[in-house]
Amino acid sequence: MVEQLSWKVGGQQGEGIESTGEIFAITLNRLGYYLYGYRHFSSRIKGGHTNNKIRVSTEKVRSIADDLDILVAFDQETIDVNAHELHSKGIVLADAKFNPKLPEGVDVTLYSVPFTEIATELGTSLMKNMVAVGASSAIMNLECEVFRDVVEEIFSRKGEQVVAKNMEAIIKGAEYVRNQDKGNLHRMELAKADGKKRMFMIGNDAIAMGFLAGGCRFMAAYPITPASEIMEYMIKKLPEFGGTVIQTEDEIAAATMSIGANYAGVRTITASAGPGLSLMMESIGLAGITETPLVVVDTQRGGPSTGLPTKQEQSDLMAMIYGTHGEIPKVVMAPSTVQEAFNDAVEALNIAEEYQVPVILLSDLQLSLGKQTVEPLEYDNIDVRRGKLDENPDLSELDKGQYFKRYQVTEDGVSPRILPGTKNGIFHVTGVEHDETGKPSELASNRKNQMDKRLRKLKKLPEVFPVPVQTDARHEEADVLFVGFNSTRGAIEEAKGRLEEEGYKVNHAHIRLIHPFPTEEVKTLVDKAKKVIVVENNATAQLANIIKMNVGSQEKMENILQYDGTPFLPGQIHQRSKELL
Amino acid sequence: MATFKEFRNKVKPNWCPGCGDFSVQASIQRAAANVGLEPEDLAVISGIGCSGRISGYINSYGFHGIHGRVLPIAQGVKMANKNLKVIASGGDGDGFAIGMGHTVHAIRRNLDITYIVMDNQIYGLTKGQTSPRSEKGFKTKSTPEGSIESAVNVMEMALSAGATFVAQSFSSDLKELTSLIEQGINHEGFSLINVFSPCVTYNKVNTYDWFKENLVSLDDIEGYDSSDRKKAMATLMEHNSLVKGLIYQNTEQKSYQDLIHGYADHALKDSELKIDKEKFDHLVNEFM
Repeated sequence: MVEQLSWKVGGQQGEGIESTGEIFAITLNRLGYYLYGYRHFSSRIKGGHTNNKIRVSTEKVRSIADDLDILVAFDQETIDVNAHELHSKGIVLADAKFNPKLPEGVDVTLYSVPFTEIATELGTSLMKNMVAVGASSAIMNLECEVFRDVVEEIFSRKGEQVVAKNMEAIIKGAEYVRNQDKGNLHRMELAKADGKKRMFMIGNDAIAMGFLAGGCRFMAAYPITPASEIMEYMIKKLPEFGGTVIQTEDEIAAATMSIGANYAGVRTITASAGPGLSLMMESIGLAGITETPLVVVDTQRGGPSTGLPTKQEQSDLMAMIYGTHGEIPKVVMAPSTVQEAFNDAVEALNIAEEYQVPVILLSDLQLSLGKQTVEPLEYDNIDVRRGKLDENPDLSELDKGQYFKRYQVTEDGVSPRILPGTKNGIFHVTGVEHDETGKPSELASNRKNQMDKRLRKLKKLPEVFPVPVQTDARHEEADVLFVGFNSTRGAIEEAKGRLEEEGYKVNHAHIRLIHPFPTEEVKTLVDKAKKVIVVENNATAQLANIIKMNVGSQEKMENILQYDGTPFLPGQIHQRSKELL
Repeated sequence: MATFKEFRNKVKPNWCPGCGDFSVQASIQRAAANVGLEPEDLAVISGIGCSGRISGYINSYGFHGIHGRVLPIAQGVKMANKNLKVIASGGDGDGFAIGMGHTVHAIRRNLDITYIVMDNQIYGLTKGQTSPRSEKGFKTKSTPEGSIESAVNVMEMALSAGATFVAQSFSSDLKELTSLIEQGINHEGFSLINVFSPCVTYNKVNTYDWFKENLVSLDDIEGYDSSDRKKAMATLMEHNSLVKGLIYQNTEQKSYQDLIHGYADHALKDSELKIDKEKFDHLVNEFM
């Protein structure tokens, strides 16, 4: 009996690897197991090796497992590429069709199962995925019946017979495996889960749901990996709320259309990845100087240029903080879990309106696409705040030639805001430096007043932002403080746990408000640690440099960097931090 | 009801004396009053360049954006508040060089906005470089030996891209221009009005006199029918697009906002932002 195991299915892209993983994972999620998925895929539609690795546990899991228990292979390449991840008691379930062989030096159990043959006998080779699901269930000693609900949901529109056939494929696959080794099957029986209902979703789903729940009713976007799911969800859901999505001609149009719509009063978002964000930078500057609320999601992937478009990286950090020419107030938020992604999406909409600034909601490929079990998102956490916006003001008539002071200099820097269409409220908006009414002005004194006013707006944000740093720091004197952002949280938590078992005192800080930087809070944590290890998926230690800039303490800082396109495994962080301690 | 005077503000334009853009400004103000708008009903979104300053010279809501992006900003405004009349305006560099991609897609999207291009066939504010509207052989600071690129034929381009309203005018003809802007505002869909608006400082070729001599009025073409796309294209080709008047209008095609599935009847800005608990629970359940 095991409390957790790691399962991977691999084959050629476009072969149904995704659906095999989906049926397997959704079913286990419904049984109450916690799952955490990682998809290895390439930037092509058909062909090329792809795999889906899923960690299943009776306890919460928030990272990929270091090793592998079960590998389901639809081709020899899957074995060759992945078998080394299996531990010594691991099992390979491979399609007999390609006469599978284990690579030299890999000593694990191999069961050759006629996935394709069984499926073909049942009517179509397409069902080989179902045979593989059945084979896996036999190893884990799961009843085939547990898959029925999901199979019905997927295939019922194709008729009862298709459902029956697919179930039969699962049963046949399981039967075949049960009879291996004369019935003395090498099993990995999973301990029973709690049976509680939880969500199974990717970060992009949560971000999109957060926007919807936070009042976003329009989105302008251009498709890109790994951001498109946000747009797809909004396309599916916004019509139910009267809203819509425009797929624009490019990311510049997406950003500027969002600016136009936000100016006119609709909560509007756009989402993209590095290449799109590079194109949007001038627009983000426009939102900054015109004090137009704007929320942009950046789902980071491998850069620069097209880089590694389907791989994990966290290398947009500096660009998101400092991108756009000139100086503007801007917020960069980096949720570290799917739940936080939902909450931060709502909050990004609020902050954008309250402070009248562009907000970048930073994610990364693993957070955006890693499918995982999530406690049901909470309705009570949804809050809508629009700051100084007055939607229906009763304004007295302006004198001829006078405009409403949309850019009035105020103590907190935030000016009263009304929407175009308001009677007696005419004002002008321009990306040119302007006076309090929005009329262009190059006066030195006005420039200084307006610049100071804009930059003043976010001064207090780190103090009022809810949980700017996610901390797990019980040691007053720690041997090490781990710092990270976005999806690395789970892997750091696990590495921390292992180090603590070995006697190290470890604190962990995950930065959620990247900019403006929560200096006070981070400094307190840095001061409590003998060493600070910043863990990030980039080559130039961008987060570490931000910390050094704001907090200092260079002498304590060490880096664990990874920029090969893969997310951190807990074991990698554990191993590499021991080398540094 | 507002008169054109109410669309004036006290800002003195920084255009050169004699600039064609003054007439465009006056025509927009007159057209807005003529179609019965109040200043707060109108949003003028403008690009960058001399002409881009126009949003600051009209007493209405105005948004002076970034170079080449006037159309996406204008479309965003219209999407948020369909009760506003939205006029986008800018120069030929803004719309047909840096912003050409947006122009083509705004045309085919057919959102109900009016796009007025002040076309002077040159870059004025940067002090006299070639424009995509400059004719071959046109000498400028950036083409001292004469331009070796073809000028883009925007009227033909607009027809090809599926435009539902295409017009061209000349800033000397205040009456026709005002009328075309009124028609553009009233057209339910995207209207493109290209206005020859001479640059008196840097363009010594395409002058007021040159246009007076070379422009053919569509009113003078017997039997011209602006609902006939084929005829419109043929006429443009015949006259190298040097025509003025309403070139083409398709009143059958629905505007973008009339075609959106599930789109709110009210202005989107008036949407309820909170979603109710039952709907939220349903969204959550879909992931279980």
